[in-house]
Amino acid sequence: MAQIGQFALALAWVVTAYSIIASLLGIRLKHDNLIASGRNAALGTVACITTAIVCLGYLFAVSDFSIKYIAAHSNRDLPIYFKVSSIWGGQEGSLLFWGWLLTVYAALVIIQNWRKHSAMMPYVVAVLMSTSFFFTWMHLFVVNPFNQTVFLQADASPLPFVPRDGQGLNPLLQDPYMVIHPPMLYLGFVGFAVPFAFAMAAMITKQLGDTWIRTTRRWTMVAWMFLSIGILLGGKWAYHELGWGGFWAWDPVENASLMPWLIGTAFLNSVMVQEKKGMLKVWNMVLIILTYIMSLFGTLLTRSGMVQSVHAFAQSPVGGYFRAFIIVALSGALYLLFDRLPYLKSENQMESIVSRESSFMFNNLILLAACFAVFWGTVFPIISEAVTGSKITVGAPFFNKVNVPIAIFLVFLTGVGPLLAWRRASPNSLRRNFLWPAIIALASGVPLYLLGIRHFYAWLSLVMSIFVTVTIVREFYKGAAARTIGTGETLVEAIVNLTLRNTRRYGGYVIHFGFILLFVGLAGQAFTTDAEGEMAIGDTISIREYTIRMDKLAIDDTPNYSADKATVSLFEYGKKVANLYPEKRLYKAGQETQPTTEVSIYSTAKNDVYVVFQGGTRDGKKAIVQVFYNPLVMWVWIGGIVLVVGTLIALLPNKKAILRRRSEIESKEEPKEIEAKA
Amino acid sequence: MKRKQLKFLAGSVVIILTLAYLAYSGFKEGNAYYQTVSELYASKEQAFTRHLKVAGDVVPDSIRRDGKVINFVISQQDEKTKQVQTLSVKYVGTDAPPDTFVDRAQAVVEGQLGHDGVFVANKMQAKCASKYEKEAAAGVRKS
Repeated sequence: MAQIGQFALALAWVVTAYSIIASLLGIRLKHDNLIASGRNAALGTVACITTAIVCLGYLFAVSDFSIKYIAAHSNRDLPIYFKVSSIWGGQEGSLLFWGWLLTVYAALVIIQNWRKHSAMMPYVVAVLMSTSFFFTWMHLFVVNPFNQTVFLQADASPLPFVPRDGQGLNPLLQDPYMVIHPPMLYLGFVGFAVPFAFAMAAMITKQLGDTWIRTTRRWTMVAWMFLSIGILLGGKWAYHELGWGGFWAWDPVENASLMPWLIGTAFLNSVMVQEKKGMLKVWNMVLIILTYIMSLFGTLLTRSGMVQSVHAFAQSPVGGYFRAFIIVALSGALYLLFDRLPYLKSENQMESIVSRESSFMFNNLILLAACFAVFWGTVFPIISEAVTGSKITVGAPFFNKVNVPIAIFLVFLTGVGPLLAWRRASPNSLRRNFLWPAIIALASGVPLYLLGIRHFYAWLSLVMSIFVTVTIVREFYKGAAARTIGTGETLVEAIVNLTLRNTRRYGGYVIHFGFILLFVGLAGQAFTTDAEGEMAIGDTISIREYTIRMDKLAIDDTPNYSADKATVSLFEYGKKVANLYPEKRLYKAGQETQPTTEVSIYSTAKNDVYVVFQGGTRDGKKAIVQVFYNPLVMWVWIGGIVLVVGTLIALLPNKKAILRRRSEIESKEEPKEIEAKA
Repeated sequence: MKRKQLKFLAGSVVIILTLAYLAYSGFKEGNAYYQTVSELYASKEQAFTRHLKVAGDVVPDSIRRDGKVINFVISQQDEKTKQVQTLSVKYVGTDAPPDTFVDRAQAVVEGQLGHDGVFVANKMQAKCASKYEKEAAAGVRKS
């Protein structure tokens, strides 16, 4: 099986190289058959890499420890679903997975667009296959997942051997969230290659209208959605698995996923200005180039160990190759951009600071600033070492101080931006759109303050969130109310039809609302508290309105791990609400057993109670237990779900096109309103 | 540049300066020198005044828990001299140490070096890179 995989990789490498050459040569010679052959080769790559992935999966399934990657990331007693997810549990496999997704995306793009954009597509293929070439080359020569397990003899010459059992998958990765988190993240990272390839193709062919943007809008949204899901699942995993009570720590690996998300978000918003007004063309090019580069940089950060991180990623040889590839890709893209600047002239100019364009511009500016700050903070140890000779790390206060105000400003723009008119918003429209939301938000700020929310940023966040929520609800209500009059639909029907007729606009509102919910959850973390104590059976710990009581301590044994398991009763205002079972596990695979903490969480809309079994006291009679009181955490996850639902709505094709004529008869004013705001 | 454009420039400049100020003050608050044990000793007097992050391997059987306080020793081999240097650490942080904090784990402690030569840490990270990746890179050995 390993030989088949090895051969498939080698074939993939040759075929991608051929695909690039055939596409480019075909265009030059105006040879249609050669171009088509380049396309077919690109499709062939999918088959090759898919074969390699299947082989790797098979080797995991049968526990073939003669292969190094299998021996290092699996063991016989590992449940089968973790064996499958071990494919992306380590360096070699996760890069192979990256490369595979890329070829799958490339194939889908080809099938979808080959006929429609015949001039651009050969270049799109060439750009995507260049990335694929880099990855297949890495699979083959640098981090080959099919290498044999070897024993280094005294003279350092390798001797192949088959260990009795594998080293096991890192227990921290033995978690359902870790099964799906990396694929989601990679679907996001890799997905940005598609709009990037189209942007490059547009510049090469000088077809710099908004065709490439319209073509890739859905691709960008899909990539963005997967990246959002990936980041949130990563947070959820950290929250469940690491046992320190939070879900975000500004670790370099987390930052790696956040940076492309920030710029991707800016790009997603900014392209609307280009579509509507023909402005920000250069800017959008810069954004998509940076998004893609940041995706590569993110992969580099997580995969090379170049920055010290809590994640146990290795120092590895991939760093240099990745850096080289990023430099080549970045300089190529920027050269092309400078060369094509004359074709990217803006068709309009900014006029008023209170306008839709301007809100987009500020949105872009602060998202980019956020990304820049995160980037700077992440690589600062490297830079300071190069400049002063000592590594200086920046720490969480740096990230929070910059990004919290940015996030609040972003929330403000989320509410204001979509309701401002293009060019210039009149004072009248400002009053009409924002007076009531502002009054309601400020009025609710008083009880919030009285309820004890005195932390300024948290208070401002909540007030701002209420403001934005009111504007969004009003938009839906206004549109739906107008419809009910014209069509006789109920309000709910009207909201559904309204949304389906302009999925992009109303899907966008739903995404914004999801972002607000997520943000409320984040703001809640300003009020986290915790308590800790040594507990014998019957002992209690109190935190805010909750009390926990230790009921039972037991030992649990499975082939994969053994565990100390506590049974804890949770009381809210003295009334029992739940049983919680925090554990301390010892995983058995490998040379040394590794302990892990399995937290137990009682989650409500108001707050989470997060119970951690730290371990036994030295005499073994008591358990050390830590309890966190984390307000509003659930809203982070709910916000994430709403955000995804919103994206899915925005991905739907508009019903409007079909129904346009009918709706014009139904309601005279509404289409105009949509035109002005959409 | 037209006058119309000026206010956008002004607005952007105000935002960027504000953020730059926040970044600077955040940096002042949380920055730390990241050093290995031997670099720490090499920096001599400065070591006592700086906020530090020090990385090293946890010496087996050195972990002593005393209530919430944990005493242990980290060690590191100097790349050039091959000399092994050790540092005693007193962890007084509010968070429990991570699961990965075990004998031979690679630990990063954050805090300050006391004049008695004991490093007082209030934050700690640990990882067992040795188990999962280093060996995988060198070829798996028989256990």
